[in-house]
Amino acid sequence: MDPLIIARLQFASTTIFHYFFVPVSIGLAFTIAVMQTMYVVKKKDVYRKMTKFWSVLFLINFAVGIVTGILQEFQFGMNWSTYSRFVGDVFGPSLAIEGLLAFFLESTFIAVWVFGWDRLPKKVHLASIWLVSIGTTISAFWILSANSFMQNPVGFEMAGERAQMNDFVAILTNPHLWSQFPHVLMTSIATGAFLVAGISAWKLIRKHDVEMFKRSFRISIIIGASTAFMMLFTGHWQAQYLVESQPMKMAAAEALWETSEDPAPFTVFANINTEEKMNEYELQIPYLLSFLSYNKFSGSLEGLNQLQAEYEAEYGPGNYIPPVKTLFWAFRIMTGVGSLLLLAALYGGYVSRKNKLPKNNLYMKAMPWVIALPFIGNTAGWIMTEMGRQPWVVFGMMKTEDAVSPSVTAGEMLFSFISFTTIYAILAILTIYLFARHIKKPVFLEETPHKTNDPFETEAGGADHVTG
Amino acid sequence: MSLAEFWFILITILFIGFFVLEGFDFGVGMVSRFLGKDDREKRVYINTIGPFWDANEVWLITAGGAMFAAFPHWYATMFSGFYIPLVFMLLALIIRGVSFEFRSKEESYKWRNTWDWALTIGSFLPPILWGVVLANFMTGMPINENKEMVGGFLQFLHPFALLGGVMLLFLFLVHGLQFISIRTTGDLNDRAKALSKKVAPIALVLFLAFIITGYFVSDVFTYHGQTFVVLPIMGFVALLWGLSSKSSVGERGRFALTTVSIILLTASIFIGMFPRVMISSISDAYSLTVYNAASGAYTLKLMSYFSIALLPFVLGYQAWSYYIFRKRLKKEDELEY
Repeated sequence: MDPLIIARLQFASTTIFHYFFVPVSIGLAFTIAVMQTMYVVKKKDVYRKMTKFWSVLFLINFAVGIVTGILQEFQFGMNWSTYSRFVGDVFGPSLAIEGLLAFFLESTFIAVWVFGWDRLPKKVHLASIWLVSIGTTISAFWILSANSFMQNPVGFEMAGERAQMNDFVAILTNPHLWSQFPHVLMTSIATGAFLVAGISAWKLIRKHDVEMFKRSFRISIIIGASTAFMMLFTGHWQAQYLVESQPMKMAAAEALWETSEDPAPFTVFANINTEEKMNEYELQIPYLLSFLSYNKFSGSLEGLNQLQAEYEAEYGPGNYIPPVKTLFWAFRIMTGVGSLLLLAALYGGYVSRKNKLPKNNLYMKAMPWVIALPFIGNTAGWIMTEMGRQPWVVFGMMKTEDAVSPSVTAGEMLFSFISFTTIYAILAILTIYLFARHIKKPVFLEETPHKTNDPFETEAGGADHVTG
Repeated sequence: MSLAEFWFILITILFIGFFVLEGFDFGVGMVSRFLGKDDREKRVYINTIGPFWDANEVWLITAGGAMFAAFPHWYATMFSGFYIPLVFMLLALIIRGVSFEFRSKEESYKWRNTWDWALTIGSFLPPILWGVVLANFMTGMPINENKEMVGGFLQFLHPFALLGGVMLLFLFLVHGLQFISIRTTGDLNDRAKALSKKVAPIALVLFLAFIITGYFVSDVFTYHGQTFVVLPIMGFVALLWGLSSKSSVGERGRFALTTVSIILLTASIFIGMFPRVMISSISDAYSLTVYNAASGAYTLKLMSYFSIALLPFVLGYQAWSYYIFRKRLKKEDELEY
């Protein structure tokens, strides 16, 4: 077997699996921080209990997110050493700064938060969950600055065989980063918010702790509705940017083989034939693609075949067309899911404002299923982003096939791939099991607030033990 | 001092931080299941490192990121070269990391026992693998003219490397036991001390054997002159002082001394490697050095600003978290994990 294929499969499985947990961490950290703020401000115990209830899920999720993240960082050197040598100078700093600025912050303050309940002054304790939330956001920013370099390389010069950074500001202001980061942040917060809303709906149908879950639902649906709205807006913005910067990716996402007429119609559905490089059947809405791409009812988009010819002229012979079917459907799944989410959130916001919530059974029964939608959308989004860049690992600079580690054998990679996917499967089952277990319990007992442990009192006992 | 040299020092510091900090939480993870007589006691042991293990592990992640940024060739050669050991280390860190969170989520003995094993294995394996890696850093590895490590993974497992693995395991074990002694009281405390007394001679013999063998099979202890032998010897003396039943330095003093011992050992290896970062056993000319493995001046300068600006904060709040959770744990305390 070709090491390249295994290395790519491993990257895909690690990234997709890791990214089930990342948005939940970002979203729940924020949602929980909001809940705890309400506790500290309003001083009502229901908010404290709520914060604790959701923190159980948050911490399970966070643990899996951390451990899969270590591999995410190390696999560049393990499977993609040629890539690492080539771009380490420009790509590495983002990861290093992410560690210094975000990982230390998150890991320290999540512990302060978990172990600091009732031991720290309330406001200090509240600050620690906000620092965790800020840490997750900073982390997203830096890792996306690295990804944006792969999509749209800026701020570097070639020094022999290697890319060297020469403009850090360009990397920070990479337009790809600023089209991607807001979208990722909004979708992540929405993912966490819909998780809370869906579970709250499930609990409300069963009349568990109605007061607490009504409020949970309300908080999360407000967060969900506003982020879902911004998610569509930022996604649209990003797609428009991609039409300019990565026309091949967008042409593939639209299955647009030949340069479109002007104005360009939007293809809702197509039967794609990648052999013949054409669509056998397509259902189109006139004007719409022009409007989506340029905010006006005119303008054409370049087709895959034309772009292929241009790229061959620029980069030499080769296939520069990414997997069209995958991109076409990934894009439709992502946007479809996003639209459904907005509807679900707007309706939920409306009924919870009217206080009709517990009676509204059909909607409430649907909401637990809605939890799955952001995960599907997130995965589709990353598949489109990463596969749409193929055959490049760094757009226009290095092909994926040239990036793999030359010293690692196919057997070693296969061993690693099988080991990690097995452990991912186990972790996935355990996470779902532990989530379900926590959610199904009809009564959530926050452990009784224990006797106040004053961390500043002098140590008792042990220090006086005779040593030796 | 050039920027590349500065970055070598920083990465050395990150590795020292990782070995010192995660070292003791590995040590605690190794013994919690055996020293704790019932579930409650096991939990107390695990909770001694509860608020710390995660941030300790970030030292490794940041070291990896810093190598990637400052010495891409070092990162690429090392991570692709030590492929199989790293797979095992990552698997160990994965099961270990989730074991903290998962263990107390379910009452059944079977469940908890499973996660106790995950923690135990996850704490035993990484020290052994890092010991193997350090020993290979010292003896050199078959790195060819393309900066690629060749020859598969069995070659890493030479006798000196295995000695390194076992040595680091015991070093972290006694380090962890000292940590338990400053975080617990009563029985739990006594048991850690008793075990420490028992394994201390083994740790000392292994440490001594490692530095003596290292002196003969590798040039790192004397690369910059014979006087540098003082570093590993002082590391041994610190360990001896920390573990000897006759010393009267107290619990914290012992922990400080095992810490010093780890610092000196790690520093002596990294200093002796310098200016090489990966020694080639094929030809000196193929060795990776801080000069031929480094990023460009622009990146190094940028990263220097970031690290100088951020590290004081990181050290500050991490130290603060150790301060607020310094109180000794008792069996009747509320436990999170």
